[in-house]
Amino acid sequence: MSVCTLRINDHDLAVPLGTTLLQAARQAGIHIPTLCFLEGLSAVAACRLCLVELEGSDRLMAACVTAAAEGMRVHTDTPRLREIRRTVIELLFTEGNHVCAVCVANGHCELQNLAVEVGMDHSRLPYRFPQRGVDLSHAQYGLDHNRCILCTRCVRVCDEVEGAHVWDVGWRGEHCQIISGLGEPWGDVNACTHCGKCVEVCPTGALFHKTDTSEEKQGHPERLQALMHARTHQQWNP
Amino acid sequence: MSQATPRKPRLATVWLAGCSGCHMSFLDLDEWLLELADRAEIVYSPVGSDIKTYPKDVDIALVEGGVANTDNLELLHQVRANTRTLVSFGDCAITANIPGMRNLLRGSDPVLRRAYLELADGSGQLPHAPGIVPELLERVLPVHELVPVEVYLPGCPPPADRIRAALEPLLRGELPHLSGADQIRFG
Ligand code: SF4
Ligand code: SF4
Ligand code: SF4
Ligand code: FES
Repeated sequence: MSVCTLRINDHDLAVPLGTTLLQAARQAGIHIPTLCFLEGLSAVAACRLCLVELEGSDRLMAACVTAAAEGMRVHTDTPRLREIRRTVIELLFTEGNHVCAVCVANGHCELQNLAVEVGMDHSRLPYRFPQRGVDLSHAQYGLDHNRCILCTRCVRVCDEVEGAHVWDVGWRGEHCQIISGLGEPWGDVNACTHCGKCVEVCPTGALFHKTDTSEEKQGHPERLQALMHARTHQQWNP
Repeated sequence: MSQATPRKPRLATVWLAGCSGCHMSFLDLDEWLLELADRAEIVYSPVGSDIKTYPKDVDIALVEGGVANTDNLELLHQVRANTRTLVSFGDCAITANIPGMRNLLRGSDPVLRRAYLELADGSGQLPHAPGIVPELLERVLPVHELVPVEVYLPGCPPPADRIRAALEPLLRGELPHLSGADQIRFG
């Protein structure tokens, strides 16, 4: 196995070639905030929260999709990166309609937690109050577009893990939204197996069980990880 | 000759478009309110004073609620003009939060029609009493989108401990530095 050596902040590391900067940092106990990335799904670098600085380059790189290379010197927590991360979170809050007080995910929401982590006590960007809908056509689950941050975790889990590919991303720019089937109501899409994986990996209160009321939605990304581990190692009885 | 004691900070609390929950949480400060009454002069507050007009020369104002109507807007401008440290108090003040949900209906007219005509029985009518019932603004806005704000105290409502964590430094004439889930979490 070929190995490369690199430095992240003040840690010298040796990792197998092909390791991403995010994996390398996590192995060394260095925290990099992430939102669209989820262990067990492919990485798409949609949210830009995990950006890091590389010495000798002006270009910021998304740690979740950048491979470690020999001699890299990486910084994960500079003032510039802290400023960008706070701005990314402010963008996510202001482009949708997040009313945490009445949200199913209040208290268990990855976006809400990240707001605390980046020190967002208010948004410096104006709120847009867009007009967005709620799809309650599915027998068991609901989708509130007001709280969707377009991380595409639902799209990936349904395609890559469940094999149903119910979800996709439709439209462009400010009209961009998650769609089911060919833009049909979720409840009309026969491909949906009612497995609930999309609900379990959604980081916010956008996807939820219809029986959840405020503060009752808990995500369960660890169930996806247990399933992927079992599939990879053919270990079905822990 | 008596020695001049330093002037106590002059404190106000203000209620715009909010449910008064932030003020209820302020009252949850319980016995610390006695200490507060001792260390500050309460010059204007819906829960702590009978004064009806906003006074001059206020040191600290906790402002609850979004800005939803012409009365809210006028009072906010008076507060800003007469206050050194304006604290945006609670999620409605900081994000528009619950009152801001009416912004999804796009404008004051659809909101009034929805509330007073569409959801009414046969006898519904739009409220119209100029000078008595304040006009709704087209959109509910957070306080800092209209006037500068010095301190943000998130939460729906901010718990009493969090309010005290902000007030302690303010009473000493310092700006608080709030951080972590106990102090700046929304919701
Ligand atoms: S999804 Fe998260 S950030 Fe959005 S309203 Fe719900 S709790 Fe708040
Ligand atoms: S419930 Fe399962 S099959 Fe249906 S959309 Fe969600 S992940 Fe896909
Ligand atoms: S519904 Fe949830 S998982 Fe899907 S894109 Fe929106 S926030 Fe992400
Ligand atoms: S976690 Fe890397 S871009 Fe979202």
